[in-house]
Amino acid sequence: MNKDWWESPEFLHPGHAFCAGCGFIIAFRHILKVLGADTIVAITAGCLGTNSGFLPSSPIKVAGYNTPFASVAAAATGIRAALDARGNSLTQVIAVAGDGGTYDIGLQALSAAAERNENFIYLCYDNEGYMNTGVQRSSATPLGAWTTTTPEGKAGPKKDLPAIMMAHRIPYFATLTPAFPEDFLAKARQAEAIKGMRFLQLLSPCPPGWGIPSQATVKLARLAVQTRVFPLYEVYDGKRIILNLEPEKVPVKDYLRAQTRFRTLSDEEMEHVQKEVDFHWAELKARADWFASKADDAAL
Amino acid sequence: MKELLTGNEAVARGIGLARVEVVSAYPITPQTSVVEEVAKLCAAGKLKTRYIRIESEHSSMACTAAASMTGVRAFTATSSQGLAYMHEMLHWASGSRLPIVMVNVNRALGAPWNLWSDHSDSLSQRDTGWLQLYCHTNQECLDTLIQAFRLAETVLLPVMIVMDGFILSHTMEPVDVPRPEDVDAFLPPYEARYRLDPREPHVFNILADSRDFMRMRRQAHEDMNRAVELLEDIELEFQNTFSRSYGVLEAYLTEDAEVVLVGLGATCGTVKDVVDELRRQGFKAGLVRIRMFRPFPARKLREILLNQKKVAVLDQAVSMGAGGTLSQEVKQALFDDPHFRTREAPLVFSFITGLGGLDITPEMLERIFKETIHASGPQEEPCWMED
Ligand code: SF4
Repeated sequence: MNKDWWESPEFLHPGHAFCAGCGFIIAFRHILKVLGADTIVAITAGCLGTNSGFLPSSPIKVAGYNTPFASVAAAATGIRAALDARGNSLTQVIAVAGDGGTYDIGLQALSAAAERNENFIYLCYDNEGYMNTGVQRSSATPLGAWTTTTPEGKAGPKKDLPAIMMAHRIPYFATLTPAFPEDFLAKARQAEAIKGMRFLQLLSPCPPGWGIPSQATVKLARLAVQTRVFPLYEVYDGKRIILNLEPEKVPVKDYLRAQTRFRTLSDEEMEHVQKEVDFHWAELKARADWFASKADDAAL
Repeated sequence: MKELLTGNEAVARGIGLARVEVVSAYPITPQTSVVEEVAKLCAAGKLKTRYIRIESEHSSMACTAAASMTGVRAFTATSSQGLAYMHEMLHWASGSRLPIVMVNVNRALGAPWNLWSDHSDSLSQRDTGWLQLYCHTNQECLDTLIQAFRLAETVLLPVMIVMDGFILSHTMEPVDVPRPEDVDAFLPPYEARYRLDPREPHVFNILADSRDFMRMRRQAHEDMNRAVELLEDIELEFQNTFSRSYGVLEAYLTEDAEVVLVGLGATCGTVKDVVDELRRQGFKAGLVRIRMFRPFPARKLREILLNQKKVAVLDQAVSMGAGGTLSQEVKQALFDDPHFRTREAPLVFSFITGLGGLDITPEMLERIFKETIHASGPQEEPCWMED
């Protein structure tokens, strides 16, 4: 992280209404710094929707447009089409939505835009629940997590959205967190450089939703990567997988115990989660290794 | 030049003539041939519009609205369930003050499934903040499309053009297709006053407090009301260039009428024939075709109806538990007359028919006129004409 980067223009005013320690807003600030002034943000309901301003002012310094919950990918499609119609291929369009607007209510529009390979960046801030309405389950909520609508702990596992996005064969997919700034910046810049649908999956620790102190956001995001719960990787064209980091394995229970939302998980259940994490890691690593060994194969 | 076109083909021609920059639409019967026609024209290089083959009507309106917000002329078309599926986005488009034009090809709303025309789809969206213009010929569909962009871009509210499914959408009529240069002169390129622009960045549709919210709603209401006179001005210009105009409503032989029927859409063509026939028989019948349903031209309607004795309203939609939708509007318009209590208001008879595409025959219309002439006063309940 060089000095120039920190001194590059900011596109988020101080004084926004996000919670202290919100993982998303750190990432949003940085992605706007990467994309710069010539950007239009499509925003949907969720924490960014409600915090994108209170008439007449907004904390966001680039052009932005709020659209109803289910429609952020469709709105970004429309913005892109309008820019193209007027011969403007330079302005970047970015759609931003939480896991509700992405995994659940917005999945239809997202899937369709991905299938059409629309030319915009989609940033999903995944805080693993409907946090803006006060912590309810979403299909991104992990197994066993407490929410107000799963007081006994969520029954099933988290929906595998990366697999769904990969199945669309989009040009670029990447996972990122606020805990690894160099990795984050490299991926944001990569997304900026590619054309077509680019999907950024941000793990966004949420202090009120996860039951963590405000200052623990970065630590939790780092633990998620170190425990391999949230691996850092990129996928090109839905096929070629690159693992960006192969951390020493930290036990998953260290991550789970740091959050009160997993308070009802027994040791046995934590063991089960550990097995699931190990399985997915092995699968991901095997695929990444296979592609690494075929790096020069033009047929890919 | 005159060409033989279906209503849907006329609409597709209008898209090109209006130089629409973005179209995003999902096919639905009986609108389907609009999207097919647009695709064909785009593929042949005859249409310069960006056409997005979107995956649903909700997304279609979201995409159209966002394109419009980015400052281009945007259009979509739908029908029935599709319009209902868009409902949320219809409010969003009008609340954002976007000059979108949409064609809705009328079709009944399920359940049960039904493919044929009635007005329940469009009329049930009357409170979404969209202007609504009902057409009765294919020529009018094309002309209204061109006028609608002028109207929408002046009042900054979206316009829904409504045409009866199959009756207009799939029936060929001779249509005088205007010359592109004439349309260009009438409808200049769109320059948005407010738009998504990185050089002048604003964030649109953020939270508004109750006072701002209420003020914005009142402004939109007042602006919509202005559209009655505005359409008349636009039509004057249109008349000068194209030698055609339609009015916000059309009064046919109402001056000396004993009974006037009020209706919407394509059926009014048949009603005119029936009026002629009845006049041959010695009955003084007349027709008011409401073209502009939103804003409702109440004052104009009153000017005609307050001198009448008997009014029959033909409704092709029902607001269950309340009665015919159009008849409610007509009654309210009369009631809103400042002199309502001191003068003799006409008797309003309400007829509900044509639901789910039930054929509205000349015989049925004749019966409606004659029953109204012979009855001493309307019943409390509307009269359902089921065959
Ligand atoms: S609820 Fe969570 S995601 Fe929303 S602003 Fe607060 S910390 Fe961020």
